[in-house]
Amino acid sequence: MADTTNLSPEEASKAHIRKVWKTAGILAFVTAIEFAIAFTPGIPRTLKVAIFVGLTIVKAAYIVGEFMHLKYEVKILIWSILIPMIFVVWLIIALLVEGGSMYA
Amino acid sequence: MATTTAKLDWSGGNKPFNASYGKLMMWFFLMSDTFTFSALLVTYGMIRFSYPAYDGIAENFVFSHEYWPIPEMVFDAFPFFHGVHLPLVFVGLMTFILIMSSVTMVLAVEAGHRNSKEEVQKWMLWTILGGIAFLGCQAWEWTHFIVGSDSGLSVKEIVNGEWVSRTVFGANLAENEYGPQPFADLFFFITGFHGTHVLSGVVINYIIFYNVIIGTYERRGHYEMVEKVGLYWHFVDLVWVFVFTFFYLV
Repeated sequence: MADTTNLSPEEASKAHIRKVWKTAGILAFVTAIEFAIAFTPGIPRTLKVAIFVGLTIVKAAYIVGEFMHLKYEVKILIWSILIPMIFVVWLIIALLVEGGSMYA
Repeated sequence: MATTTAKLDWSGGNKPFNASYGKLMMWFFLMSDTFTFSALLVTYGMIRFSYPAYDGIAENFVFSHEYWPIPEMVFDAFPFFHGVHLPLVFVGLMTFILIMSSVTMVLAVEAGHRNSKEEVQKWMLWTILGGIAFLGCQAWEWTHFIVGSDSGLSVKEIVNGEWVSRTVFGANLAENEYGPQPFADLFFFITGFHGTHVLSGVVINYIIFYNVIIGTYERRGHYEMVEKVGLYWHFVDLVWVFVFTFFYLV
């Protein structure tokens, strides 16, 4: 919706709907890639996990940015939501390291 | 001058977030819900890493309590294709259903911006149907997981001082055919908690749908409630994306 300011309401609405379907297409495509990688033999496990995490973050960015419209909100709102996610990252790293050391 | 304007934004009488109170609070609620789901998924990761992983090739995989199962070998069934090995196909379908219902939700929000009551109704209805379809799939998935495979898993245990062999079918909170007990517990807990969110999402969507039909938002002059419930519904989709990756793919 960034460049729809000089469009008529009908055109802006059509452009928005096109963008929604494009986003849905990207989400479906990324999921298909994930499936393909899951069933490709010979990829090291660590690399596979890294790819899955990366692609999941791509999907999350599209859902939050486009569907939930966060990309078009004011900056302070975007940061208010994103910065606390640092705690989640910390939690993941801390507990996975701890989990790896259990019974070791 | 830019700094002066920025200061004025926070000096009162403005909306520095440029969002309504309801929408803002929905965002902060979703943020807190993110922490809850992160905690659940991180718990899964930690417990999983504390068990040995299966290190043979996938074709030779058998269920055992000795190591964490490969998800694609556990979730390989599809309704009406009994005994056919279709790894993750059903989960893929569920993902597709949820993404599609997210799309219809955005279209409902978009129609709301144009104050088109008929279109909001139509897209809200599709969203509700998508949610119900997803819940149906999950009910089937759970049933299959609980009932278990045809062969089951043979376990040895001590009963009255004697070693007794017994076959375990399916999984519940006390036994698990597929692998270590926490695998089943976490499956029920994480997909169950997500399913509860989907269920409440369907109920909330239905209430909004009803309000659209009786013309509440038409009289109010805007369809912002559809946007708020839309945020919640997309969040449910977002969580599923993560559950899909960390429970089924990794």
